[in-house]
Amino acid sequence: MYPVLSNEQLAPDVHRLWIEAPHVIRKRRPGQFAILRISADGERIPLTIADVDHARGALAVIVQGVGKTTRQLNRMAPGTAVLDVAGPLGRPTDIHPGSRTCCIGGGIGAAVVYPIATGVKAQGGYVVTILGARSRDLVILEDDLSRVSDHLVVTTDDGSYGRHGLVTDALKALLDEGAVFDEVVAVGPLPMMRAVCEVTRPIGLRTVVSLNPVMVDGTGMCGGCRVQIGGEQKFVCVDGPEFDGHQVDFDELASRLRAYREQEQEAAARYDEECASADMWAV
Amino acid sequence: MAKKITQKTKTPMPCRDAEERSHSFEEVSLGYTLEDARREAERCIECKNQPCIAGCPVEIDIPAFVKAVADGDLTRAFVVLSEKNLLPAICGRVCPQEEQCEKVCTIGRKFEPVAIGRLERFVADWAAAQGLEAEGVRVAPTDKKVAIIGSGPAGLTAAADLARRGHQVTVFEALHEPGGVLIYGIPEFRLPKSIVAREVHALERLGVEIKTNHVIGRTFTIDELFTELGYEAVFVATGAGLPYFPNIPGVNLVGVYSANEYLTRSNLMKAYRFPESDTPMIRAANVAVIGGGNTAMDAVRSAKRLGAEHAYLIYRRSRDEMPARKEEVEHAEEEGIEFLLLASPTEILGNERGRVTTIRCQRMALGEPDASGRRSPKPIPGDTFDLAVEVVVFAVGQGANPLISSTTPDLHVNKWGNIIADPETGATEKKGVFAGGDIVSGGATVISAMGAGRRAARAIDSYLAQGMTDGA
Repeated sequence: MYPVLSNEQLAPDVHRLWIEAPHVIRKRRPGQFAILRISADGERIPLTIADVDHARGALAVIVQGVGKTTRQLNRMAPGTAVLDVAGPLGRPTDIHPGSRTCCIGGGIGAAVVYPIATGVKAQGGYVVTILGARSRDLVILEDDLSRVSDHLVVTTDDGSYGRHGLVTDALKALLDEGAVFDEVVAVGPLPMMRAVCEVTRPIGLRTVVSLNPVMVDGTGMCGGCRVQIGGEQKFVCVDGPEFDGHQVDFDELASRLRAYREQEQEAAARYDEECASADMWAV
Repeated sequence: MAKKITQKTKTPMPCRDAEERSHSFEEVSLGYTLEDARREAERCIECKNQPCIAGCPVEIDIPAFVKAVADGDLTRAFVVLSEKNLLPAICGRVCPQEEQCEKVCTIGRKFEPVAIGRLERFVADWAAAQGLEAEGVRVAPTDKKVAIIGSGPAGLTAAADLARRGHQVTVFEALHEPGGVLIYGIPEFRLPKSIVAREVHALERLGVEIKTNHVIGRTFTIDELFTELGYEAVFVATGAGLPYFPNIPGVNLVGVYSANEYLTRSNLMKAYRFPESDTPMIRAANVAVIGGGNTAMDAVRSAKRLGAEHAYLIYRRSRDEMPARKEEVEHAEEEGIEFLLLASPTEILGNERGRVTTIRCQRMALGEPDASGRRSPKPIPGDTFDLAVEVVVFAVGQGANPLISSTTPDLHVNKWGNIIADPETGATEKKGVFAGGDIVSGGATVISAMGAGRRAARAIDSYLAQGMTDGA
C-alpha cells in the first residue's frame, strides 16, 4: 500500500496528490511516469511524476478527473492509500545542458512540462514557458512554473487571464519578436501538440511532445501503447513517452485514444451515481 | 518384471460440458477422481528403463509417484513429486506432456501413454486439499542474498530451489501480482489463479520475499542490486517481452491486439468482469486470432468466453503443424472455435473511425520442410478471402524486452535481443548474473522455463558456495 500524504485541488477537477512510494522516486528523472492502481478491481493508469520529495519518499501526480479512476483518485483523502505504484517508467527527457528551451503546457499538460522545465533549468538551460488554459480557473502550476522559468507567458482561450488566445499564438509572437530556441517541448491535448508542431515544422525547430496513449503494463509487454513515429512502430512505455513531434502520426494516436470511450463513459457515469448516493447518505 | 497392459487408452479426463464452458471462465478440466487416478496409474507397466524420467525437464521420479498412486498412498506420491517439482499443480495443467514424459512412455509405443500429467495434477490438488506442503530440505540459513528478476515459472522455480538451500531470496516482479505468464497469460479456465496464488504462498512460507511493482532496469539496475542492495547473485528470468506485429497494413487500427494485451486485460486485469473491474476491452461478435500455439488457443478460447459468436483461429500451416498442446486444440474445437487453416492475413481494413471491420487473408499451401522441420507454407497466388471481424489478436511470438539489457551494458544479447547464457548453468558473461527462461531461449514453455530455473539455482548455489569458501 502506498499512502496518500496530501490532496490539494489546483483547478476544477484537477488535483495534486503526494503519494509515498520511495522505491519509485529514488532514481526518477524528468519525463518519467509511474503506473498506479487504486484497488483490487482497479485499472492500471500511467501518470507523469510531476515532482518528487526525497525527504518524504513521495511523488506528486497531477490528476484530471476525466474517468472513473482519475475521479476516484481526486477524492482520496490523506491517510488513505493506493494499492500499487510502479516505476519510474519510460525514458527520461533528453536534456541538453544549457539549451534554450520553450516549454509549452496546455491544460493538464502543465503537469508534464513542469518537471521537464525544472530539469532544463537545473542543467543550466534558458527556459521560456507558455502556460495555456481555456480560462482563468483552469490555469495550474503558474507559481511552480514561474520559479523554474526565465520568462513565463500565460494564455487563456477566452482571455479571462493573461494573453488572450492559444499557446500557438504566443509561440508565434515570441518567434516573431526574434526569440531563438534550440527546441520546443509541447505537452497538452493532441490538437494543441499538433498545432505547435505545425508552427515549428516550417522553420525546422526541433519539437518534443510527450504522448499519453492507452497503456496496460507499462513495461513493453502488451504493445497497447504503440504509435507510429516517422512510419516506424514504437511503444510509448519503453521507447517514449517523448518523441519528435514532427514525426508523430497524430491521427492514428487520436483514434487509438478513443478505443474505450464508451466503456470509459459508462464506468464514469456509474461511479458518479455511486458517489451521489453515498454523499446523500452521508448527509 | 513388466506388467501386462489391460487398458489401451488413457482414462478420460472429466470435463465441463463444452457448450456450458464456452461461456464461462471456470476451469475446463475437472480433474481425476481417486478411482480414475488409481485406474490410470495401474496402466504403468513399471518398465525397467524408465524413459519418462529423462523426458521430464525437472527429472521427476515419475514411476515412483505413479506407483504410489496405484497403491493408493497419495502422501508418498506427493512427497516423491514435490522432491523435484514445487509447482506440480501448475505443471500438471500446462506442461506439454505429449512432447515430454508421455512422448517417451514405453506403453505409448503401442497404445496411449500413461496420463502422467493428469496424475501429477491429481496428486497436487489432493495434497492442497489436505493442506499438505512440500517439505523444504532443512539446511542452515546462509547469509547470501540472491535477487530473482521476474516471478514467472523460471523465477519461481529458482526461488524455491535457492530458498531450500538456505539462501535469502528476493523476487522482483514488475506487475502488481506475482506469477508472470501464469497470471497475465494463461487464462483462468486452464489454470485457476487461486492455484498460482497457492504455489506462491508456499514459496513465501519457505522465506522467499516477493516485491511487486519493481521494474528492474528502471526501479533498480542490475548493478544497483549488487552495489546498493547487497545481493551477491542475480537471476534474470524476465520472460519474453515485446510482442511482434506483422508488417501489414492496418495493425494499429482500434481492435487489433497483441495476444499479450488481450490476455493481460482479460486475465490479470479481469476485463471480462467489466464494469465490476475497471479495465475495459473490446468484446466483439467476430474475433480472429492469428497463430497456432498455446497462446493463440488461449486467446481464441477467451474470445469465445467474452461473447464472440464467431471466434476464428487463423493459422498459416495445417493442423498437424500447430505447436499448441493437443488437448487445447481439441478443447478449442469442442467449444466451437472456427479453424481457418492454411491462411495468413495480408491486410486489416477499418472504418472511418479507425476501427477494424475486415481481415483479408491469403490462402496457403504447404511446401517443403523448412529449417525447423515443419513444412513451410507458400501463398497460393490470387487465392484470398475477406472475413468480417471487429477484433484481431496476433499471437505470433514476441521479442526480448530491452529494459534490462539496455541498462546493463556488460550483459550481452544475441541479434534477437535474448540474453546470452550458458544453457547448462544460466551463467552470463557478467559476474554473478545468471539468466534463464524465455529471455534466453525466446518463447518456449512453462516447464522448459522451470528447467532453466532449476539449473540456474544449482549453478548459483555453487557460485555462492565458492564465494563463501573464498571469503573464509
